[in-house]
Amino acid sequence: MSELRGRAHVYGDNVDTDVIIPARYLTSSDAAELAAHCMEDIDPEFLRTMQPGDIIVAGENFGCGSSREHAPIAIKASGVSCVIAKSFARIFFRNAINVGLPALVCPEAAAQSSTGDELLVDLTAGRIENVTQGRSYQAEPFPDFLQQIIAAGGLVAHTRRRLAGN
Amino acid sequence: MGQTITEKILAAHSAQAEVHPGQFVMARLDLMLGNDVTAPLAIEEFRRITGNGKLPDQAKVVLVADHATPNKDIKAAEQCRVMRDFSREQGMEHFFDVGRGGIEHALLPEEGLVAPGECVIGADSHTCTYGALGAFATGVGSTDLAAAMATGECWLRVPESIRVMYRGKLRRWVGGKDLILYTIGLIGVSGARYQALEFCGETIEALSMSGRLTMCNMAIEAGAKNGIINPDGVTHAFMKSVTKRSYTAVLSDTDAHYARTVEIDCSKIELQVALPHLPENAKPASQVTNVAIDQSVIGSCTNGRIEDLREAAAILKGRQVHPNVRLIVVPATPRVHLQAIKEGLAEVFIEAGGALSTPTCGPCLGMHMGVLAKGERAVATTNRNFVGRMGHPGSEVYLAGPAVAAASAVLGRIGSPEELP
Repeated sequence: MSELRGRAHVYGDNVDTDVIIPARYLTSSDAAELAAHCMEDIDPEFLRTMQPGDIIVAGENFGCGSSREHAPIAIKASGVSCVIAKSFARIFFRNAINVGLPALVCPEAAAQSSTGDELLVDLTAGRIENVTQGRSYQAEPFPDFLQQIIAAGGLVAHTRRRLAGN
Repeated sequence: MGQTITEKILAAHSAQAEVHPGQFVMARLDLMLGNDVTAPLAIEEFRRITGNGKLPDQAKVVLVADHATPNKDIKAAEQCRVMRDFSREQGMEHFFDVGRGGIEHALLPEEGLVAPGECVIGADSHTCTYGALGAFATGVGSTDLAAAMATGECWLRVPESIRVMYRGKLRRWVGGKDLILYTIGLIGVSGARYQALEFCGETIEALSMSGRLTMCNMAIEAGAKNGIINPDGVTHAFMKSVTKRSYTAVLSDTDAHYARTVEIDCSKIELQVALPHLPENAKPASQVTNVAIDQSVIGSCTNGRIEDLREAAAILKGRQVHPNVRLIVVPATPRVHLQAIKEGLAEVFIEAGGALSTPTCGPCLGMHMGVLAKGERAVATTNRNFVGRMGHPGSEVYLAGPAVAAASAVLGRIGSPEELP
């Protein structure tokens, strides 16, 4: 897997999926359409200030609330390369893996990063480097079971492979 | 060592004698669910996985058109059509369209589609509702639903369990909603993250199925993977009233291991209100009496059952909704709606100045049928009070049970039935 580089956009605890993508846009499953409203209700400036590759950094329980997969789809399609949080809500975490949005658990990096910091992420090794602050961190490794899904390229490909094996 | 009910159900559904927290299992599912927001995406992924294949077991798949229905606009209509076309193409027996379905988590128990001991996933976070029936039920996303539709299975990490013991008799008007808001207030919105919340104790044993469904419904608001209640006489009587089919109930062993036990004295719990913008901001309603409201919503998968409407009607009977307030009452299913008409509850709501709506999730998530303007404030019997949840990001939602929502509609501000003249 590649190395990701982008600037941090830092948020607090309990960022819910309603503010990531409000329900008023859920009559579409189109990634580009959803991306056009990503983070609208928590940070109206997000889309204007973000550059492709940028990284969302958040506190505890990121993605809590609704099971809408539209949330990680919107984040990914907006150009965000990965999300780093102190912790993730479980349905969001599943959805992120399933749609191929890297979601890294790293409380220290999440606590110490500031908006605008340049971050470098090595997904294979789980290394996070805050270039601006000169600090580096180790994210929690994915359990083996999830690594298989990630290695297959998401749950759709993983399931196709399982069915073919049967 | 003994096993919890959650562990036993996951073991039985993955062909193992026992499972342990942290272990990954591939669970065989008894039922899988999607709605008009999540199913269209799942259907697209199902087609990618199977190459436009057939559902291996159509009877295990339930699709409900409930979120943006009756179709709020052309795009919503097209989302519903994707479900309708798919269900016809697959010969599905469990597609519930407008007029024949209602809100999924009130509908499935009513239809007897979930039973004790079963393992259920749904592409809706409030799928955890069915834990009230002694089933393992959890929310997932659309792609997980698609994979389950194709394989009949879903990967799950066995959760640790938190036992919440409720003791004492409930005060007048206090119900399942107040218990769960109080509990979330105590443990926080991530207090049970990735864990099972097992509700037990004498207060739960005395609680109706309706109240139990309300409690398990909001387990997700504490971050839980599932909420669950050991099946008992109340469960079996409910099952007997909805289905003739057999099931195998399982119970937690007395020596099961819990990550922790939380004990709650219910005799001290007052009517609760959760302030914006998190369900954990629970406070006694008696401390939130200076909050003027523009709207009161009584309904949703949390509190849209007949028992909830009866409670609201008992308070609204012979009274008028405050001139500054719009009251919206949403029966959760057509059956509840019809029952409300038969019992004269519909008359009470309409004569009080309330709007009685057809079943829909609409107002709860700010989709339609009661969206809030900037600066507006609602009290709602729903489950989330996040920023912008019911409309404009500058609006506010206060969560409560039907008693507080009905009393507040009359008072024009948040309050309890005791304050009514």
